[in-house]
Amino acid sequence: MNTPNPALRESATFDRGVISEIQRAAETGIYDIRGWGAKRKLPHFDDLLFLGASMSRYPLEGYREKCDTDVVLGDRNAKFPLHLDIPITIAGMSFGALSGQAKEALGRGASEVGTSTTTGDGGMTPEERGQSKNLVYQYLPSRYGMNPDDLRKADAIEIVLGQGAKPGGGGMLLGQKITERVAGMRTLPMGVDQRSACRHPDWTGPDDLAIKIIELREITNWEKPIYIKVGATRTYYDVKLAVKAGADVVVVDGMQGGTAATQDVFIEHVGIPTLAAIPQAVQALQELGVHRKVQLIVSGGIRSGADVAKAMALGADAVAIGTAALIALGDNSPRYAKQYEELGSAAGFYDDFQAGKDPAGITTQDPELSKNLDPVEAGRRLANYLRVLTMEAQTLARACGKSHLRNLEPEDLVALTVEASAMARVPLAGTTWIPGAL
Amino acid sequence: MAPVATTEATVLDLASSSTRTVNERLTSPEAPRTVTVTGPQGAHALACGLDSDIDVTIEGHVGYYCAGMNQQATVTVTGNAGVGVAENMMSGTVRVKGDASQSAGATAHGGLLVIDGNAAARCGISMKGVDIVVGGNIGHMSAFMGQAGRLVVLGDAGEALGDSLYEARIYVRGTVASLGADCIKKEMRDEHLTELRELLDQAGFDADPSEFTRYGSARQLYNFHVDNASAY
Repeated sequence: MNTPNPALRESATFDRGVISEIQRAAETGIYDIRGWGAKRKLPHFDDLLFLGASMSRYPLEGYREKCDTDVVLGDRNAKFPLHLDIPITIAGMSFGALSGQAKEALGRGASEVGTSTTTGDGGMTPEERGQSKNLVYQYLPSRYGMNPDDLRKADAIEIVLGQGAKPGGGGMLLGQKITERVAGMRTLPMGVDQRSACRHPDWTGPDDLAIKIIELREITNWEKPIYIKVGATRTYYDVKLAVKAGADVVVVDGMQGGTAATQDVFIEHVGIPTLAAIPQAVQALQELGVHRKVQLIVSGGIRSGADVAKAMALGADAVAIGTAALIALGDNSPRYAKQYEELGSAAGFYDDFQAGKDPAGITTQDPELSKNLDPVEAGRRLANYLRVLTMEAQTLARACGKSHLRNLEPEDLVALTVEASAMARVPLAGTTWIPGAL
Repeated sequence: MAPVATTEATVLDLASSSTRTVNERLTSPEAPRTVTVTGPQGAHALACGLDSDIDVTIEGHVGYYCAGMNQQATVTVTGNAGVGVAENMMSGTVRVKGDASQSAGATAHGGLLVIDGNAAARCGISMKGVDIVVGGNIGHMSAFMGQAGRLVVLGDAGEALGDSLYEARIYVRGTVASLGADCIKKEMRDEHLTELRELLDQAGFDADPSEFTRYGSARQLYNFHVDNASAY
């Protein structure tokens, strides 16, 4: 590695990354497309701390006193709500963006610990349905692979209005990942860029959506919970309208949420951080008198049991993980360091999911690369990771004296920064001050 | 509700029962083979999710998503239909004797949708294999992102016909206000005349295929190229 000349002064405005991007844009004439979600530093759960018990609160004994983790999702209207053992679910990721092996592994891992996984743009594969005890079927604007038989096979239906990485944007599965099977599932030619519309084709607002939800309920005999997923932006209003439209569960995906492929400028410059979205969503549910009745799932940058516990303390009923689940499967593993370098990247940095050349066999449709992922082994890794998340969250909840993860509350939290305090609506540590609070 | 049995068909009356009750009856394994639904009064999501080869006639006007996701069934609406009639249909036949609102046949994978009257905007949007035959005119942005299937229009088409079209084929007898991005006029070869004749026959329209113009994708936008950036 070259040692920079100490006399050289890098521009803060035009640093080497910015210069490189300008040069790339000038050369190719197209914006940068990549996966993996926002990379800039954002206010996050790390800016919050738990107030463990001392004198004024009474902690529970670790590993001895019970701290339950189960959650029921969608018991407002559905005949068969989802009963999950842990409040950590797997976010929607498509077959097409991910290999069949990766989808199978997600199903295996989630089922082993009693939680759900979710389809994505492209429809439901038999492997995924077969390995997933609880499978949420996404109803997306593109309706690729959408059919009533699969709708009825699902355990819940998630109407996707937005994604944290790209609220207001559609999908982009580039031609290099469109194999014969992916193309067949999406009714498009092989090798064609598969653009997904940014909005649903047959309704234009919440009043229409309410009718669409009734249609989906009618087709599935009012058995399945209906989720509505929004990218975090105008979250307060979006959640209120989602409830009005009839959602049983609202999914709010923060700006740190991942993606298979979209414009870098979209990933980094649209949406609001997960931390800022949760209080808005909870306020909307509380004002409607449906908090804990219409469940709230939060996603976007969840990495640890601390993130899980903090999201739940702020009012979420459950969380969903995407990027972290892929890492647990083996994404960006040092095992493939050499191959990542050959692709011009490095383990821990690889984000060219659109290229379909993932040596870990996860974000690819190349049959040879896909073989690098053993779905049984990867599923076991995911299950281990989910167990760790759960145990970590339980540990923190017990320290706050809580016998169930859902009993965590904002009162258990303080903020380290003024920004996090204002966004999360919890006091700045050591004070009773919440910026902006009345 | 107790169905009213007649010599010709079972009659289900929405004036005295709910959509839920009627849909449950239509989708039950014991559903009658021939059903007439009366008094729809613009009900939404009527006869959606059917999955057997029953014959349903709805006497009157229906609201949104009538016959949505239909499989196998033959559904006839004697009046007008609201948004998204036969959306995501997989197979079977849906016929609207009046006019249809926007997004008729949206994302439908198969089957035949016939609209005797006019269809509003976005008819056949994201169509994925369905055949749609419209006796009158269609509104703007029809067949937007149409992936597969055939759209036949005996009247005129609105603006931006076939915008961002993939492999769906469009036949229009009348005028086209404008073509959308990557949609172009194409030659009517013998196989297209034959295909169109068959579609018109299936839909029950007496028209001369030679009077129609075929439109399809120029396939210039299938893979991003910077020289096409202004078309996106």
